[in-house]
Amino acid sequence: MDLYAEEILDHYKHPRHYGHLETPTLTFHDRNPLCGDEIELELKIEDGKVTDMAFTGHGCAVSRAAASMMSEEIIGKSLEELRGWDKKDIIDLLGIEVGPVRLKCALLPLKAMKAAVWGLAEDE
Amino acid sequence: MPTTTMTQSTKSQSPTLDIAAIRADFPILQRRVHGLPLVYLDNAASSQKPHAVIQAMSRYYEQTNANVHRGVHTLSEEATAQYEGARAKVSNFIGACCPKEVIWTRNATEAINLVAYTWGRANLKRGDRVLLTEMEHHSNIVPWQILSAEIGFEIDYVRVADDGTLILDDLSKLLTPRTKLFGFTYMSNVVGTLNPVQLLTEAAHRVGAVVMLDACQAVPHMPVHLQALDVDFAAFSGHKMLGPTGIGVLWGRRELLNAMPPWMGGGDMIREVHLSGFKPSELPWKFEAGTPAIAEAIGLGAAVDYLSQVGMEAIHQAERDLVSYAMQRLPEVTGLKILGPAAEKRGGLVSFTLDAAHPHDIAAVLDNLGIAVRAGHHCAQPLHERYRIPASARASFYLYNTREEVDLLVKGLQKVVEMFSF
Repeated sequence: MDLYAEEILDHYKHPRHYGHLETPTLTFHDRNPLCGDEIELELKIEDGKVTDMAFTGHGCAVSRAAASMMSEEIIGKSLEELRGWDKKDIIDLLGIEVGPVRLKCALLPLKAMKAAVWGLAEDE
Repeated sequence: MPTTTMTQSTKSQSPTLDIAAIRADFPILQRRVHGLPLVYLDNAASSQKPHAVIQAMSRYYEQTNANVHRGVHTLSEEATAQYEGARAKVSNFIGACCPKEVIWTRNATEAINLVAYTWGRANLKRGDRVLLTEMEHHSNIVPWQILSAEIGFEIDYVRVADDGTLILDDLSKLLTPRTKLFGFTYMSNVVGTLNPVQLLTEAAHRVGAVVMLDACQAVPHMPVHLQALDVDFAAFSGHKMLGPTGIGVLWGRRELLNAMPPWMGGGDMIREVHLSGFKPSELPWKFEAGTPAIAEAIGLGAAVDYLSQVGMEAIHQAERDLVSYAMQRLPEVTGLKILGPAAEKRGGLVSFTLDAAHPHDIAAVLDNLGIAVRAGHHCAQPLHERYRIPASARASFYLYNTREEVDLLVKGLQKVVEMFSF
């Protein structure tokens, strides 16, 4: 199945940056109540740039792979740049066709990251 | 039409049903999904429809279509007769006293909301209590929560034990003299538990509480006689019992229904209207404002005919046989955990989790093999919170499912484990 390409399964089984940071600058918790996906995202920010990221939570292969792939990509990027990210950036990273039903799984890590870099409270 | 036989069929392996004949009545079972034969195991969400139902609805549109209760012309008279005839069929099917106790709604959700907004608003006040259970579908929780915020009554919950049965030890404490309504499901749509309806109803009535039964997973799958159960209200949906979407039923005892204020206002629910006010119509039309789902009601009538012809007891036994077989085979899958009680305490569904994969991934891989199961919290988030799981996968059976399909499910799950194991 295309959805479960080798790379997606690899990130699912061996998620990068899974865990916690010692002193995160920004954290954001988000969930997708419909399917029960949950993510706790932590960012370390220095001089307006992401210098480290970690995440925990549980979710399907698509949402976890998206978080893992995103973690590799955003380190080194400026907050300014990350504020401009949209769903295309994540879909490109995943490199698979994500249908409408699974799109919200794929986008949960992005949603949490954008809320964090925009400094939103969890209920906003 | 299918025939019910008491002989063992070698092909279907069901002791009670001629499944090959039944399957031939369902056109959709011929289709393929991702190039493979459809294995439809999502019946608790919505069932498939036999020819008889589809034809009854097309026949209505091709030959009868007109508004009901209005015209004096032939089509309108025929439409009214068919529409009210369907109500009489449903009334017989569920053991109601008479068709006027059968109120058409859009679905069970609307039926429960109807009770909340009419009976609830008229009878509940601050300081009262409503008792529900932790295993309710959202549709038997949220209407009461909305009304509780408006009126200020309290909601209590009967908790669920690890094995998926209700904890009834402190039922007498939960049913207080202030408890005005006890709402519970006949059968859990997640763990499959069949609740002791009569026992719960007697306990509720001892404190003068009214019983709201969610019969969505029961009426389609087993013989149900609502008057014998002695409940006060019951709700179920047509689309889960071989009928179309857009039609459901609220059944209520006529004394209660008569005493309740109407809900939605409009055409058909009134006896007379003046600029100074209105008088509502009599039962059942008092609660049926506007042009109803006529073809859908007729379709549900055809579904009830079909189910009656097969036999509800035979269907129930066949599903019990299938769920026992599934529960015997599913543990062969590594890391699979079944939620809920032993087969003898449940109806025809089984929910489970896999250590290796999230329910969405399970369902996506199975879909690729042509197998339809449900993944998520099945509109019962509190029950999933109680088990501390975000979601589960569910296989739910109906009269057309076979042991061979259970075998395919098990094989599919083994493939999931293979793909996702670390």
